[in-house]
Order: sequence, then C-alpha cells, then structure tokens
Amino acid sequence: MNRTMYDLIGLAAGVCFILALKGLSHPKTARRGNLIGALGATIATLVVFAYNAPLNNLGWIVGAIAVGSLIGVPAARRVQMTQMPQLVALFNGVGGGAAALVAIVEYLALGDGASTAVVIFTVFTVVVGCVSFSGSIITFLKLQELMTTRPVVFPGGRFVIAATLAAVLGVSGWVVVALGTTPLLILAALSLLFGVLFVLPVGGADVPIVISLLNAFTGLTVAASGYVLDSTLLIIAGTLVGASGTILTRLMADAMGRSLFGTLFGAFTAKPQDAAAAGEERPVRSGSPDDVAILLNYARRVVIVPGFGLAVAQAQHTVRELADLMISKGIDVAYGIHPVAGRMPGHMNVLLAEANVPYDQLAEMDEVNPTFGQTDVAIVIGANDVVNPAAQTTPGCPIYGMPILEVSNSANVIFLKRSMRPGFAGIENELLYDPKTMLLFGDAKASLTKVVSALKAL
Amino acid sequence: MDAMAIVSIFVLAVFVGFEVVSKVSSTLHTPLMSGANAIHGVILVGAIIVADHSETTLELSLSVAAIILATINMIGGFVVTDRMLEMFKGNKKGADK
Repeated sequence: MNRTMYDLIGLAAGVCFILALKGLSHPKTARRGNLIGALGATIATLVVFAYNAPLNNLGWIVGAIAVGSLIGVPAARRVQMTQMPQLVALFNGVGGGAAALVAIVEYLALGDGASTAVVIFTVFTVVVGCVSFSGSIITFLKLQELMTTRPVVFPGGRFVIAATLAAVLGVSGWVVVALGTTPLLILAALSLLFGVLFVLPVGGADVPIVISLLNAFTGLTVAASGYVLDSTLLIIAGTLVGASGTILTRLMADAMGRSLFGTLFGAFTAKPQDAAAAGEERPVRSGSPDDVAILLNYARRVVIVPGFGLAVAQAQHTVRELADLMISKGIDVAYGIHPVAGRMPGHMNVLLAEANVPYDQLAEMDEVNPTFGQTDVAIVIGANDVVNPAAQTTPGCPIYGMPILEVSNSANVIFLKRSMRPGFAGIENELLYDPKTMLLFGDAKASLTKVVSALKAL
Repeated sequence: MDAMAIVSIFVLAVFVGFEVVSKVSSTLHTPLMSGANAIHGVILVGAIIVADHSETTLELSLSVAAIILATINMIGGFVVTDRMLEMFKGNKKGADK
C-alpha cells in the first residue's frame, strides 16, 4: 500500500469520527453514530497493519490487542448502569496513559534525532497524558466511593499545587533544552502528581465536569502525538475530541449553573460548612408506606423526582409500576428530571428509558419547575443535592447557584431515602426538616414495592 | 508534513468539533462524552506504529502496555456507549427534541 492510499483511508476514518460525533448529538441517530465511530476506528487500525506490513513484533502487537479486548469488553458489558460514569473515567484515563507511553517510546527511539518541534509536542503529550491518567484514576475512586467524595483540601494545598505546576513547566523546559530520558521520566512523575492534586479538591457533584475536561485533554494529547508520529488521522481525531470535549464540558457546567473556573478552583475558596454540624439531631417526620399511599391516592398531580438512589436500588421498573398505577387512578403523573441527577448528565433519562417509561412523561427542569405550585405531591427518590434549596438560599455552599428542582413549592414532599446521610455534595438539606416533608426510610426499591401494594389495596 | 498544512488541519478540526456538538440536549451529554472518549482510543494506531519500530526491550514493553491501554479505551469505550444508547431504542416517539 502506498502513502497516498494510506492517507486517503485515514481521511475516511476521520470523516467517520465527524459523523459519529454528529450522530451522537441527536437521540434518533445516537446509536448509529456510535457504530460509525467504531467503524472508523476499525478501519484506522486495519490500515495501519496493511500499510506497515509486515509489522515487526507482530505477535506482541496482536497479543496486546487481544489482552486489551479481554479486559475492556467484559468490563463494558458487565458494568451496571450506576457504575458507567466511573468506567468512562477509567477508559479515558487509560487512553491518556497510552498516549503518554506512545510519546515516551517515540522519544526513546528518536534519541538525539528529534527536532525541537517534535520534542515540544512529545513533552506536551507526556504532561497532559499523565495528568489525564492520574486525574481520571482519582475521579474513578471518588465515583466508586473508594475514597471520600468531598473536596480534599489541606493546609497550603494551593501552594503545593502551584509549586508542582511550576516544577512541571520547569522540567518541561529542561527536557526541551537538554534532552535525555531521565528528565522526561521525572517530568512524567511530576505530571502524574499534578493530576492527582488537580482533581483532589474537586467536590463530588462536580466530578462529571472534570471527567469531561480530562476527556478533552486526552483528545489533545492524541492530536499532539499525531504530530510526533506524522499521522494526520491522529491529529484530526484528537483535535475533534479535544474541541467537542471542551464544548461539552462547558455545556455540562452550564447545566449545573457553575462556571468552569469555579468548578475547578472552587475548592480553594470554599469555606468550611458549619450548617451541617448545627443540623444534627433535629426532628424529621417519617412516614410508613401506607401514609405515602394515602397521600398519593388523593393527589391530583404527582411529580416524581428520581436521583442516584433510584439507580443504586435498580428501582426504575418499580417506579414505573407506581406511576402506571397512579395514572390508572386518573392522577396526573410526570417525572421531573434534573439535568445532572444521578452521577452524570442524562443518567436518569437512560435509566428510565430502560424501564420503558414513555418519553413524554419525562419533563426537563425548565418545564417542570413552574408546575410545582399546582403539584400535590412531589416524590423525591434517592435524590438530594438537585432539590436542595441551599443552592438558592445559602451563598458560599458548594452547590450555590446550581439550578434545582423547586419541589418545596408543591403541597407535600416525600423523600425516599436510605438514611439521613447528606447527598453526594455532602451538604445538609433543609427541606428534610420542613413540616410538609415526609420521609420514608429504606432501600428505594423495597419502599416503592410496599407503596405500590398499599396503593393497590386502597 | 509542512507546518502550515498541520495548522490548517488543526484549526479546521477545532471548528468542526465545536460545530457538531454545539446543540446537544443534556440527555445525551453522557453518551456523547463516552463516544468521544472511545474515539480518542484511536491512539491505538500510534501505539501500533511505535511497537512496529521498537528495538529495545524497554521500548517494546512500553509499546505493548500502550497497545493494551489503548485497546481497552477504544473497544471498551464503544461497547459501553452502545450499551448506554441501547436504552433509547423503542422510545422513538418524541425522542427527537
């Protein structure tokens, strides 16, 4: 295969990636878009084999691809809906790691023959790839709740971060001027450290935004490695992901009412929360499934607000059963979907779609908020931060400014919760202590099942 | 490749990337991110290229690690995105808002 043919096929793969992103932007074409992307990636991989045939180390290459597939495919197939966000974070991290390794190997192979431009792009790939790798691992640990989901801030933290960043930049300069393997490896280590420090202060609810940002970072490293390896396809694919990922990060931040800057550096300025300490041991009103069923039976309009708890309990089918039952009783039912309910934007839509909840029952925040005044009962299932009035009333709290579902405007609020534990952002919710709020403790699925049978019996 | 061609490709790709995702509904933020994530798994191509001309054991072991990681990113990424989007099927009615 000659170079022109190789480049043309690479270009076709690049076009596939554009069509993939375009398709993924619309619900009807999303699935096809993803398949077109997979087709592009397959073409790109096969053509490399054909162009460079016969490949050296072919056995190692094929073996490594087999190992990667054996790890990646089962992980992607078996993961539960609730754990998809952290899996995406992990996949993003290993992609960043792969880009950094590619740049390091190429640097080792080129030795003194590398031009200054190539060295600069190599340094960029190693730094950003390593940051993306270690940062993604931290977001994974946070989402998997293997470590605290709260912002991790320590005294002098911002100086440590600033010093690490300065060291990264300094060593980058050193690599460009002096060349050599040792400085490059020091640079990789410093960048890994910086990735950890960069993500640690980010609060739980903002983690999805950071994953999206790191995703864009990985895209840019792929583009830079494309320059190093003289591959137009890698430049196109990486830049596409970098650019679309940046826009997506902004869209996500907007959906949460956060400035990107505030998300990334908010932890530096956040004051300690004393409201949470003062809120302990206050009386709440808890009810039985029968109490809930009675409230629902005499309601004219009910809004269901699902959150992460629904996903954890896998209660999407049960909630649909409850909604269908209420509709059969002539009750007006809608689902109020907060854009970032759950752990990821769109998480709830995907979950409810799995239970075949009709799309027209799902109301987005802007549609449903004006209707809470006419709503008799709002049922909050395993959600907390997205209905927390502190976002509107408490300046300085970590979620202040985030648009919320204004369930407090409805006549009654029912919270299905496992415990009094605060939400992912770790902030006390005043609404729980409101006299019109009733709490039903327990696993969401078990509670809902009991409510359904109580409601049937009425 | 000359510098000007690379800059042109880069700038045009930036604008295409901005343009294709500028009006996406929040429902699709997660699948779109996941799909874009899978696309940068194409670094697998780069990993194969460096494995091809690896001469020392160190280079080859790092390349093999890069191929494994890139494959996980790419194949796992597309599979997990497909699983997310699978949930949308059978809901064609009103889905195109």
